Amino acid sequence: MAIFGKGFFISSLKTAFQRVCSGGWLYLFFVAAFGIMLFIGIGSGIHALFIAGSRHAYATSREVPVAILISTYIFFVVGSTGLCLVSSLGHVFGMESFLPLAKRCVYLSIITILSGFLVIGLEIENPFRMAVYNVISPNFSSNIWWMGTLYGFAVVFLTIEFIFLFNEENHHKAVIAGFLGVVTEIAANSNLGGVFAMMNGRPFWYGPYFPVYFILSALITGCAFIIFFFFLAHKAVNKEAFDDFTAKALQSVSKLTLLLLAIMMIFTLWKFLTTSVGSPGAVTALNILTDGSYSFNFWAIEVLGGMVIPFVLILAGKERNLTVMFIASALMIFSLFFTRMDMVVVGQLVPQYFELGVVEYSKLHTYFPSVHEILVVLGGISFCVLAFLLGEKVFSGFAENQQTEHIQEKEPEVVGAEETV
Amino acid sequence: MTSNLGKKDVPPYPLDQERREFLKIGLKITGVLAGGSILSLVSTLNKAYSLDIFRDKYPYKPHYAMVLRQDRCIDCKKCMIACVSANTVPDYGWRTQILKRDLASSLDQKWEFIPILCNQCNNPPCVRTCPTTATYKNKINGIVQMNNKKCIGCKSCIMACPYDARYYNEEKGAIDKCDFCFESRLSKGTNTPACVQACPSDVRVFGDVSDPKSRVFQLVHQLQKPVWVLREHIGAKPNIFYMKG
Repeated sequence: MAIFGKGFFISSLKTAFQRVCSGGWLYLFFVAAFGIMLFIGIGSGIHALFIAGSRHAYATSREVPVAILISTYIFFVVGSTGLCLVSSLGHVFGMESFLPLAKRCVYLSIITILSGFLVIGLEIENPFRMAVYNVISPNFSSNIWWMGTLYGFAVVFLTIEFIFLFNEENHHKAVIAGFLGVVTEIAANSNLGGVFAMMNGRPFWYGPYFPVYFILSALITGCAFIIFFFFLAHKAVNKEAFDDFTAKALQSVSKLTLLLLAIMMIFTLWKFLTTSVGSPGAVTALNILTDGSYSFNFWAIEVLGGMVIPFVLILAGKERNLTVMFIASALMIFSLFFTRMDMVVVGQLVPQYFELGVVEYSKLHTYFPSVHEILVVLGGISFCVLAFLLGEKVFSGFAENQQTEHIQEKEPEVVGAEETV
Repeated sequence: MTSNLGKKDVPPYPLDQERREFLKIGLKITGVLAGGSILSLVSTLNKAYSLDIFRDKYPYKPHYAMVLRQDRCIDCKKCMIACVSANTVPDYGWRTQILKRDLASSLDQKWEFIPILCNQCNNPPCVRTCPTTATYKNKINGIVQMNNKKCIGCKSCIMACPYDARYYNEEKGAIDKCDFCFESRLSKGTNTPACVQACPSDVRVFGDVSDPKSRVFQLVHQLQKPVWVLREHIGAKPNIFYMKG
């Protein structure tokens, strides 16, 4: 395999660097801006953990021990699972309309998972111990252990898959790696839901809902990421029109998004109906979302911005208008970020002894992110965007030779994408 | 009846059917009531049985537990001071605390004090969730302890603990919690945790709940006064028992 040759590797790096440099001043400006924000975010996290102390720098507390950094991690890794799943529909499970998405999707899946790792690495107090004791002292009954380990394996499988996707001869190996990637991603994602679902002391989280919800939510996040990043890649970075195959693939994704949004609305409705007749702790948490300090987040951002408006937009655009789909996906991504935060934070705002009726735990806890936390979150987002921007140039816009050649054996359908864009 | 039976236009079965219907309704009502009684009995038995689980299953030897006679607590906070001193607890954390319940509408006392600490659960959610076994159940005495060097500071155990018994200790670089003073006292030959020794009104009774001679055993197993645990419905099977008197 020439791809692993030393000379080939160095010359590839050189040409990749040249492609990045030839991206234009606006492209380079964004690369520099997100690069700076990434370093500020990492610096902020290092300062918080190793100099100031997280107790001083982060707004978390004994009562609300994890918050926006964990929710950002969840946002990214759940998105990674979704990207992996949706892309696998094409090149692993043979659904041809999804084939043109494969390379960029797998790449996005890798960079989103790494963004999540970056953020959680700056949240965990002793990240270096984690690397050692996760391996030599595992707790097999811990969902967190399984989640972290499986996501670690997922990165490896996805990277192998990504490398093989660039080599026509190894497509079957890419399929195997992709399949393993899908399995580990789903298992990791479900275990992430299990982290919350197994907390029997937290009635808002406890129960079988979250492991299932996280898979559904992953698919929605994946669809939103695909539409968002594909549109940006074609229109903003590479400045090229969509070919018919990619446009058709995006239409398939938007159809899938419609279906998933409808299911999500039913899921959310039932979660809320069942919680409303649950234990006092769960009902109190629910009230925070529907009628309390997080009600704007819930009604305006989660329900309206994340489900209703995107659903109407995609429906009104007849799943063909890519600009409308892009707006809908951007709204969904924005909303999903807050959905994760609301879920993580609201589940902790009801004190553990709230029902005991004691003075010390008579009021609900509060949380608002600190500057350090916001900078780390922005650092994680910057890593993702920066890696996306660089990836587009380094991998030459993920030219879909392999997939399109495969499809072009059949007569391409006219989808009218150009007219609608 | 015979006169009715004699009439051609009134068939005999409606009355029989009526009676049968009546009997059926009667049986149904009886069944519902009986069923309800059985159900209520079952639920009562369940309650009694669940308490027996606490009383009879002591898998450790010694099985350390504590009984808190909460009506004796006067909120002097000597237990908290002793705990801080014995275990070097920083000012931003606590291992034990005394909660205050406002009883303004009661006829006698206006406040009730409830000491809390780690419940050293038999089924500890914190131990289950810890990814690196940094927190573990001592196999001999059942105390939930920390191995600080393994703690990655993910704080999932703080989230999982139903009793708010954990906090992140910056100085230790690990989660800190009550260990019945195992590290600071019990392992060095002292018989009681610092809070127990400091309490002037004998609120906290500590000992081996599996030993019939111990005060803890006798308090937990007497039937005159009710004994309860906090947040029993969670199923963590705590080893901190509460009672009055």
